[in-house]
Amino acid sequence: MTLRRDDALKALIPHVSDDDVVVAVYQSCFDWLALNPRDLNYVAVGAMGQASSHALGLALANPDRRVFVLDGDGSLLMNLGSLVTIANAGVSNLYHFLGANRVYEVNGAHPLPGADVVDFEAMARAAGYAGARSFSDLNQLREGLPEVLSAPGPQMSVLEIVPGQAYPRNYDYIHSAAARESFRKALNARRPTPLLCRENPALRRTAAYFWTRTERREN
Amino acid sequence: MSTPGLTLPQATNVAHPSGARIIALIKQAGVREIVAVPDIVTSDGLLWPISRDPELRLTRVCKEDEGVSICGAMSYNDTRAILMMQQTGMMDSLNAIRAIGVDYKLPVVMMVGLQGKDPSVHPDRSDAYGVRIIRPVLDAMELSHSLIEEPDDVDHIPDAISAAYAASRPHIFLIGRAPEAL
Repeated sequence: MTLRRDDALKALIPHVSDDDVVVAVYQSCFDWLALNPRDLNYVAVGAMGQASSHALGLALANPDRRVFVLDGDGSLLMNLGSLVTIANAGVSNLYHFLGANRVYEVNGAHPLPGADVVDFEAMARAAGYAGARSFSDLNQLREGLPEVLSAPGPQMSVLEIVPGQAYPRNYDYIHSAAARESFRKALNARRPTPLLCRENPALRRTAAYFWTRTERREN
Repeated sequence: MSTPGLTLPQATNVAHPSGARIIALIKQAGVREIVAVPDIVTSDGLLWPISRDPELRLTRVCKEDEGVSICGAMSYNDTRAILMMQQTGMMDSLNAIRAIGVDYKLPVVMMVGLQGKDPSVHPDRSDAYGVRIIRPVLDAMELSHSLIEEPDDVDHIPDAISAAYAASRPHIFLIGRAPEAL
């Protein structure tokens, strides 16, 4: 069984709504930007390991949005305490996807310490995440995603991946002021559809009508 | 990052700032989110009272650089936050502050207890190397900072917070004397 990263990301795309925030790092970020460019992609995490903490800040400050974090295993090992912090912070809107390729891919593909034995699913569960699962097969991931995303967070999904197609690494863009500004504008442009309404088309239409009327009155 | 085995120097005959007043001024500045790693200088006078204050949400983090990212991310929808820690943790987080606060121009506001500092001695003249170097390090990084020691020093807190958010840049309050809870 092998799970290519680009296939895993493609499987996730249909589950990401226009109102969701996606925090992505390193090759997962570059692949995601190519596969699903959108203004609510948050790409400026600054320092290696910090994606999960940015995601927590966004989840706390935006409780009416789901926040997905596309993290790396080497990155998470630099900020393992964030698992405990996230689990203790009371956020039910955070969904943590960990691309576990067991190497520092963009830094020469050197192996992680403990690459063969580290159990990220167990770590997340032990830290207190509401749920944790591992996926190493595309069909298994496709079948499991609805269940993961219908459960309250924080949820950890460990994706045991191989590289797949690699998209260009545009570091200038992810560190650019333009990327941060487009995210900021999108985040503040309109109120998101309430989370409870997302999965129900009738409720979603009603909510959209309500917010449109409210915003018109406020303007 | 705490420093085991070191204790808070006992106050001499100097006045200390009021923790209650600092909390009131933080709220006056529109802050409702506190992110913290415990620090012995601010523990009794600030962090414990904050932890019991229903108007403030306290997020306890395992390591200080988590807090830099959390506060930076919160700022995207203008949610104001303060990161509390001691100077050892701030030193451990300099790369995150550099990237997120300075390179990305985000308003990360920090309140940093100067652990190991004699309350009666200005930090630049401290016998403790870990205290003496703090302001020069912040100056070298071109970071805005201000010192809170005397009771009246707290008055600038709301303006400094608002200025950091208006300019979208970090600011660091250095707490040189342990605030009293009242």
